[in-house]
Amino acid sequence: MLSTALIVFREIVEAALVVSIVLAATRGVASRGRWVGGGVLAGIGGAGLLALFADALSELASGMGQEVFNALVMLIAVVMLGWHSIWMGQHGREMSAQLNEMGQAVVTGNKSLAAMAIVVALAILREGSETVLFLYGIAVSEPGQAWPMMAGGLLGITAGIAVGVAIYFGLMRMAMRHLFKVTNALVILMAAGMASQCAGFLVAADWLPALGDTLWDTSALLSEHSITGKLLHTLIGYTAQPSGVQVLAYLACLSVILGLGWLTARPKALQPQMSH
Amino acid sequence: MKFKRLINSSVITTCALLSVAASSAFAQDSAYELTVKNHQFSPAPLTIPADTKVKITLTNQDTTTAEFISDDFKGGKLAKGGKTVSFFIGPLKAGTYSFYDEYHEAASKTQLIVQ
Repeated sequence: MLSTALIVFREIVEAALVVSIVLAATRGVASRGRWVGGGVLAGIGGAGLLALFADALSELASGMGQEVFNALVMLIAVVMLGWHSIWMGQHGREMSAQLNEMGQAVVTGNKSLAAMAIVVALAILREGSETVLFLYGIAVSEPGQAWPMMAGGLLGITAGIAVGVAIYFGLMRMAMRHLFKVTNALVILMAAGMASQCAGFLVAADWLPALGDTLWDTSALLSEHSITGKLLHTLIGYTAQPSGVQVLAYLACLSVILGLGWLTARPKALQPQMSH
Repeated sequence: MKFKRLINSSVITTCALLSVAASSAFAQDSAYELTVKNHQFSPAPLTIPADTKVKITLTNQDTTTAEFISDDFKGGKLAKGGKTVSFFIGPLKAGTYSFYDEYHEAASKTQLIVQ
């Protein structure tokens, strides 16, 4: 039961981390609870469906369907996170001012919330489907183990969510003017990490050249599969053995989001006159 | 003129990228079969050639889900009970590496010998 709990915890904690950062990053946006909640539910539903159709999926793209699908999921999440970061660059200051005055959310940002709901749904979809497959395998092969398996699964999910909640409240203790900067940095690093993972999946599917199989190797120092490694993997895209194209994707993603954010956040007076 | 040159260079870049991608797709010259049963891999250890990208076809003969994973090298995949999946590993330098089924680490841990 405990080993089941540990394995489930390791899968869930990454998704929980994403959800907690998204919640912290959208603090002060009206009706974010509904959107993020919707994202969580969609993710859980999607994880079940994905587990159900895992066989069909893995046969696509000459047997590389899983990799290509994962790459696509990562790519969508990167775009959504980037969009949110740029949106926050434009609206963060006014939100921060309003929150300081009233401690109450007034800004509406449904497009940005929809983007973050998608990020949450995709994170749960990915990690959740592996959890479902793992638990389903136990349920099928060892019928007598159903209850310990369920208990272990629930324990792992609860522990994963608890870590997410702890991180969320940790972030919430921060002063508002710091919070926006910190969560924005977290969102951008998370996006860059996902861009690198996306490239990694495409290399695994043989759709992209590796451009150097292993630029460096820190697997002896910190395994990607340890809990710390997994957390850093989600948080900043830690990869023990990155290929050249992964590092390239990471840096490209950072520059594009930072560049677009800088371009769009400039005061209007300085922008050339353009019709909308 | 400038625009045309831009198009030309982007077409060339795209073609170059595609051909690199295609050549890497056909460069692998060896394929290896691996099975997992009672949470144990066979053959164990698995031996593959050095400096070569190899395709591993993993057949899961258990009813539980298994995920090929290694802390020493990249690559691996999840296989549902009774299913077969393929993935690439390497090229790796000569040496001894370890791999395991993420869901049954203690029972399944074995070695990959690269020579």
